[in-house]
This record gives sequence, C-alpha cells and structure tokens, in this order.
Amino acid sequence: MSETLLSVRDLKVHFEVRVGGLFAGRYLPLKAVDGVSFELKAGETLGIVGESGCGKSTLGRAILRLIEPTGGRCVWLGEELSSLDARAMRNKRQDMQIIFQDPLASLDPRMTVGEIIAEPLRTFAPGIGRDGMKARVKEMMAKVGLLPQMINRYPHEFSGGQCQRIGIARAMVLDPKLIVCDEPVSALDVSIRAQIVNLLMRLQQEFGLSLLFISHDLSVVRHISHRIMVLYLGRVMEIADRESIYLHPRHPYTQALISAVPVPDPDKERAKRRLVLQGDLPSPLAPPSGCVFRTRCPKATGLCAEAVPVLEEDGTGNRHRVACHHWRE
Amino acid sequence: MIHTTAGSDGLARVEEFEGRSLWQNARARLFRNKAAVASLVILAVIAVLAVFAPLLSPHAYDEIYWDRMQQPPDFANAHWFGTDNVGRDLFVRILYGARVSLAVGLLATTVSLVIGVTYGAVAGFLGGVVDNIMMRIVDVLYSLPFMFFVIMLMVVFGRNIFLIFVALGAVEWLTMARIVRGQTISVKRKEFIEAAHAGGVSNTKIIFRHVIPNVLGPVIVYMTLTIPQVILTESFLSFLGLGVQEPLTSWGVLISEGAKVMEFAPWMLFFPAVFLATTLFAFNFIGDGLRDALDPKDR
Amino acid sequence: MTAVLDVRHLDTRFATPDGEVHAVNDVSFHIDEGESVGIVGESGSGKTQIFLSIMGLLARNGRSGGEVHYRGKQLLGLPRRELNKFRGVTLSMIFQDPMTSLNPYLRISRQMTEVLVEHKGFDEAAARKRSIALLDRVGIPSAGQRFDLYPHEFSGGMRQRVMIAMALLCEPDLLIADEPTTALDVTIQAQILELLADLKRDFGTAVILITHDLGVVAGLCDRVMVMYAGRVVEKGPVRDIFYRPQHPYTLGLLNSMPRIDAQGASELAAIPGQPPNLQNLPQGCAYRDRCPYAFERCRVEDPALRPLDPAQWGAAREKACHLERLEGRRQEAPTLNAGVPA
Repeated sequence: MSETLLSVRDLKVHFEVRVGGLFAGRYLPLKAVDGVSFELKAGETLGIVGESGCGKSTLGRAILRLIEPTGGRCVWLGEELSSLDARAMRNKRQDMQIIFQDPLASLDPRMTVGEIIAEPLRTFAPGIGRDGMKARVKEMMAKVGLLPQMINRYPHEFSGGQCQRIGIARAMVLDPKLIVCDEPVSALDVSIRAQIVNLLMRLQQEFGLSLLFISHDLSVVRHISHRIMVLYLGRVMEIADRESIYLHPRHPYTQALISAVPVPDPDKERAKRRLVLQGDLPSPLAPPSGCVFRTRCPKATGLCAEAVPVLEEDGTGNRHRVACHHWRE
Repeated sequence: MIHTTAGSDGLARVEEFEGRSLWQNARARLFRNKAAVASLVILAVIAVLAVFAPLLSPHAYDEIYWDRMQQPPDFANAHWFGTDNVGRDLFVRILYGARVSLAVGLLATTVSLVIGVTYGAVAGFLGGVVDNIMMRIVDVLYSLPFMFFVIMLMVVFGRNIFLIFVALGAVEWLTMARIVRGQTISVKRKEFIEAAHAGGVSNTKIIFRHVIPNVLGPVIVYMTLTIPQVILTESFLSFLGLGVQEPLTSWGVLISEGAKVMEFAPWMLFFPAVFLATTLFAFNFIGDGLRDALDPKDR
Repeated sequence: MTAVLDVRHLDTRFATPDGEVHAVNDVSFHIDEGESVGIVGESGSGKTQIFLSIMGLLARNGRSGGEVHYRGKQLLGLPRRELNKFRGVTLSMIFQDPMTSLNPYLRISRQMTEVLVEHKGFDEAAARKRSIALLDRVGIPSAGQRFDLYPHEFSGGMRQRVMIAMALLCEPDLLIADEPTTALDVTIQAQILELLADLKRDFGTAVILITHDLGVVAGLCDRVMVMYAGRVVEKGPVRDIFYRPQHPYTLGLLNSMPRIDAQGASELAAIPGQPPNLQNLPQGCAYRDRCPYAFERCRVEDPALRPLDPAQWGAAREKACHLERLEGRRQEAPTLNAGVPA
C-alpha cells in the first residue's frame, strides 16, 4: 500500500464578485470550489473531470496555493499547506509542480528553452553551477523527447507538442512528487495528444510520480487515470476507480457525461441511446439549492432541492463514492 | 543548420543550434521597412554631423563676423547656410544646435524611462491599494500645468541646461509609467508568470526577470516617439526665450530668431526648420516601424 | 443525385514574408443534396481554408484557383456583390467560436431580421415572426422574450444555437459548420449534435462538418474526407473509412485516439513526429516522415488521389497513397458498454 501524499478535506474557494450597478451594487459569492475532499497516493493518477464552471482548474491551483483557498484543509506529506508562510510554501514547490493548458503561453517568450528549464534550478539549487545546470537541463530534454541541441532556441520556434514537452521538462527538473496537469493536451493536435499522454505515463512509471490530471476529455482521462473524480459546480458528484466509474457510473451526471462523448465508431455511435441533458449549466453565482445538479437531472425530486447529498460508499467495497439521493433507482 | 565538429575521439559531435530570439525577428522586420531604414540613416548622418561639427567648418559657433551680418549662403567664405543677424555662421550653429537638441531629447527621455518603467512595473505588479495610490499620484501630477512649472523653475534657478533635462524628464515619466503599468497588468496575467510563481520564484525576481523584458516592446516604441516630443518642447521653450543661454544655441532658438526676420533673411528660418522637421519625421517613422516590427501578434 | 457543390482542383496559396504557404493543394470533392460530409484534419490540414476560399473570406494575401460550382454556377472569382447573393442565402457558414461570430453591439433581433430583410425582402414584422419561429425550432426556450437580448446575455450553447438559426434563416441548400461544437462542453455538444441531426432530417439541408473530432463525424456524417497538409488523403463513405481505412494517416489517427469505451492502461499507438510545416514541405508525400509504411517512392513522388475498387472498398472511395492496400488493422475496441443503463 503506497503512502498517501495528499489529503484534501472539504476544500473551498469562494470569490467575491461585484454585481449590479455603480451605486446599488453588492457582492455575491462565487463558489468555484465548494467542499471537495479526496486523497492521492504516491504513483497514482487522479483524473478530475467536469465541464465549464465545475471548478477543476481552480481546484488544481488552490491545492498549490496559486489561488488561496478560503476554507478546508490541504495536507501534504503530513503538513497543512495553508498554515505555511510564503517562504516555507515556496520551498514546498520543489515537490509540487504544474503544467498548463496553453503550452506556448506558459513559456517566457524572451528566454531560451535552456533558461526556462533551468529556472527552477536557479531558484532552488544555485550551487550546482552553470555547467551542472546545463548538464541537468540537457538530461531532462532528452528524457522528454527533445533534442538537447535545441537548448538555445526560443519557444516560438517550437511546435505546440514540443512546447508542452518543454513545460514538462521544467516541471520535472527538480524531481517533484506531484504534478498538477491542467488540461495538458486539450490545446494540442489530435495526433500529438497520444505522444504527450504516453510521455506522462512513462515518466510516472519511471519516477513514481503522482498526477492530478484535470481534463474535460473523458477518453483521455480514462486512459491515464487510476481513479477519477467527477465535479459539477464545485462539488464532487462521484469518485471511484477507473473501471468502476466507466463500467458502473452511479451518478446521473456521470452517466450523462459518459453517454455524451462521441465515439469514433459509426455503428456504435448511431445505435447508442444517448442521455441528453436538457438546459444549460447554471451560473456559479446562483447555484441551485440542495443538490446543484438537480435542475438538469432526470431523477430530481423535491428532496433534491432541500438537502445537499453527501458522498457515500456504493456498497461494493470498491472505494466508489456517490453524492446522490436517488442513485440506487 | 547543423554544425558538427570533430571531437577528440574522432567522432562528430553536434553543436548546439542558435535560436532566433524575438528581438532578432523584430530587427529583421524593421530592416524590411524602407521608411524606417531611411530614417535611421538620416538620423545617423545628423548625429555624425553634430559630433564632428567643429571639424566640418572653418568657423567657430560663436565667432562674430562684423562685416557679414545677415548674409545669404555664401560658398566663397564657407558660409554654407549663410550667417545670422549677429554675423555668426549658421551652418556651424545649426550643428551645435543639433548637439543640444539631440542631447536634451535623449537624456530627458532616458530619465523618464528609468523612473517611469520602475514606477509603472511596481504599481502594475503589486496591484490593489498600492497600485491605486501610485496611480492617483500620477493623475494629480498630470493635471499640474507643465508650462507653469517650467517657467517657475527657470525664474527661480535661471536658465540652466540641466534644469531643462530635469523639467522635461519630470513630466514625461508620467505617461511612461502609465504605459508600463498597463503593459505589466496584461503581462501579469500570462501563464508564464503563473508558471514562475509555481516554480517558487520570488516577486522581485519575477518583475525583473520576466515582466520587464516583456514590456520593453511598447516602451521602446514610446521612447522613440517621446524624443521628438521633447525636442519640440525644448524648441518651444527656446522660442519663448526660456531655453538655453547664449551663445549656446538649439534649433528652437535658431528658429525663433529666424522667424523674426523671415521676410528679409529667409535662410535663417529655413535651414534650422528643415533640420528640426527632418529629425522629427525620422524619429516618428522609426517609432512606427518599431511598432510594426514588435507587433504583439508575434508574442 | 444533384450536386449542390462541386469543387474541382481548388488551390489556395498565401504569400507570406517567409515564403509561400500552399494551404489548399488540388482539392476536389462534391456534395449532394441532403447529404452530410465530414472534413477531418488537424491544424495546417487546410480544412477550413477550403471553405474560406469558397465563401470568399480569405485573408488579403491569399489567392485561390480552380473551379467551384454551386448548382452549375462558378463561385470562385465572383465579385463581392454577386457572391453576396449566395452567401448567407443558399450557402451558410457557422464558425467555432460563438462569442466572436456575433456582433456584440447589436441585439439578436436586429442581427436576424437584417438577414431576412436584406436577402429575402421581408418586412420587419414578417422577419421578426420568422426569426422567432426559427429560434424556437433550434431549442431556445422562451424565444419571443429572448429575441431582443444581446449576444453576451446568452450562454455558449445558446449562442451556437442562435448562430445555427441565423444560418438557416434563408433556408440554405448547404450549411458549412466549422468546428461548431469544439468550444462547447460535452453535454452541450451532445445537444447541438442532436439538433443538427434533426435539422438535417427536417430541412433536407446538405451539411459540411469541419472538425478534428472523429467521434462527431462518426455520428453525424454520411461521407468523410480526410485532409493532411492541404491535400485530400482519403475519401469515402463513413463506415468504410472508419472500419477499413486505406490511408496510413487515417489509420494512425484512429489508432492513436484513446477511447471512452476501451480499457487498457498500455501505451497509445501514437503517430510519431510533428505536424507538417506548410512553408517547408518535404519532397514527395507530405506524410512520409511519420508513416510506418513509407518506401522509396513516397520520398520522391507526391501521390495523386486515385479511386479504389468500389466492389471491394465501398462507393466513391479514393485515396492518395502509393500503397496498393493497407493491411494494418484497427485496434479492436472491446464491445464493453460504457456503463449506460440499457
């Protein structure tokens, strides 16, 4: 049983948004993340899926304290992250890294690739000297599939997939234990996505990395994750092991999500009975009372408007948890 | 291009490629712009003339020829542009005037650059209350009447050329600060800044390593457009009689003198005006060219 | 079957400071009444540029050649005034980003009635009535009340529905949809795709669906055209393309996609290498550097699009490849139901 690296309890990220006119305005809370709990073990990939406004990107950043959480606890290797001061938190960043959705935008356009990848070394290991840094940078470049001779090139001279490799090299250069991947392949061409997914999986194998894989693409998430968490409007709808959730989704939202993904197989796709949800995603500024999914849920009843459903085990002993009043039906 | 060299073990080793930075790309684009290149050449010529002024004419800038007052161009006596109303050679005086005008332009702009960039970057990066206060100070200073301030300075401290630098720099930095603040705010939101935070880089290092190099583009463009403004302002001050002291001269002074006797000694107005106008045009074309060359689309 | 649109040897080039970009290279295809064709490709494949060329929406430095016939009438090279009689009337196009396709300063009502008044000579009242009816048809709730709102007051999915409604106002023969659901959430995408299928059935509009998402194509299209580096590499009926692809790129794409209905944590069969640089295409076949089946001829000669035996491969099957027959099989996805209750 590998150790638990990260334990998140009831994490909340609420923003104050000013609504209304110049004089009569008031502040409404935007509950981007509203009570999310999960655990992450060493070497494990947790896929976090959901649509716009579900808070998955905010969650990823809140765990790293790039956005400050407004409530809840986030325990990393036994230490409560929110209690750390700025300097201590910066130190922790050696172990917890992030890669971004837009590969080119996450790289400083005025720096060479070598300088970009070396920056974490300059911050945390300045003692190894210029030659030491250069050697380590080239080593990382080779590991992620970039030609080490390109070390003096600039980001705009690379393709999207290569820029993402640079971002991965930068994240890996200090040997972190956790990498938050925020939609890392969504902006890439389809034929390149597979390469990057393979790379991440290979690095995870080799270095025992834990990954928080945030994505809206359920097919990719199914491939790379060990466990999956489904979010809707900042709350957890369902969390389970990969096979459990794809074969036996219990929550109506998960079922609709899986059913909505088009499959590249004409016969299957046309024969599929699709669960199409009606209506739009509610605004995070005015979430429905009780269960936030009830406005689009085919199983909603009066109870759903009154009581917020709690995450409960599904009884199969599979660590499969659902937050729904009516999932058994 | 792959460069290979033979290593000591006889095997070819591949050298590292050199990248083409965004600055190099911009420079290439700038050189494709004919107006900008022509302007650079013209400015270079004027600068060279200004620096080597004493060598280019047998006359000194303050030498008075009592018998040749207000003479039209006279090649026999090496008065290429004629003489002024006191009998001094106009050509040499224009070149010395170039020194003053260009120096004022460059130095005042540099002062405004240093103050403005730091102020704007800090305000933009820190944001919130600090940014608010800093920008309100700028707003207040902006609303003060510039001419009033300068005249007061001149009256109190006399007509000192360094005072002109100070006065002009002290006004121009305000706009520079605003521009830099705006650019900083938009750069601040970019993902590579977030990546730097996530990489544990401290705020100060982020400002100097990441923010400032990325806001330099518009700053440089603005600088090339500020220089002509400053030169023009200095000329205006000189026109009013508040500029440099005699016998030092600047283009503004020369134009002022020339305007008075325009009807019967037109060369006294014509030549300095042509120099001033050409220089202003040149800076403006370069500024435009730079703006196109540094087009954010590339970033 | 009458062809609504018949494109022959369309060729589009852009003059850039770094050289000429050959965005569309000798593309020919046709679309019949009421059918739906999927155009599949990645960035740089030219799939969008084809239709920008046809609709006269190219950037200033672009030039097109070839023939484009709409019901027999040549469209390419028509002056704007003439082209405007077709654009928005019989040929409509909708784009990926519903945020930027609608004018944020005008109400929806104005933007819609304008189309009918201009092109069909309706009066205001009749235009309003028809527009609201169409908004209703595309699934905008309380269409009458929402009609006078501004675009930003609609959600992303709703805006896309408005775009579709606007495109259908003049009952076009052909609707060109450029990545219409790429920017939308998955559950909203499902709604829009269902809507498009309904509309296709009810209005009989021919639909061209430009996308990189093979799943969307599988569900909605009758025929498929696969593009790579500005060229058509494979064409054919949807089932034949998906189940028996004959071009290595098509096969590579299908095999490299993770499937939601497939298990397996092993490596994905990724296509190696980078997408092509259109300013610097290699000699011969543009795909050769990434193709596991490439041989000598591929490095020298650019393969032309040629028809395949219909008896064996399906009707109107063509491919641009020197290989006689692609033996690579699609990796089988086990028929595990993706958990949707029957």
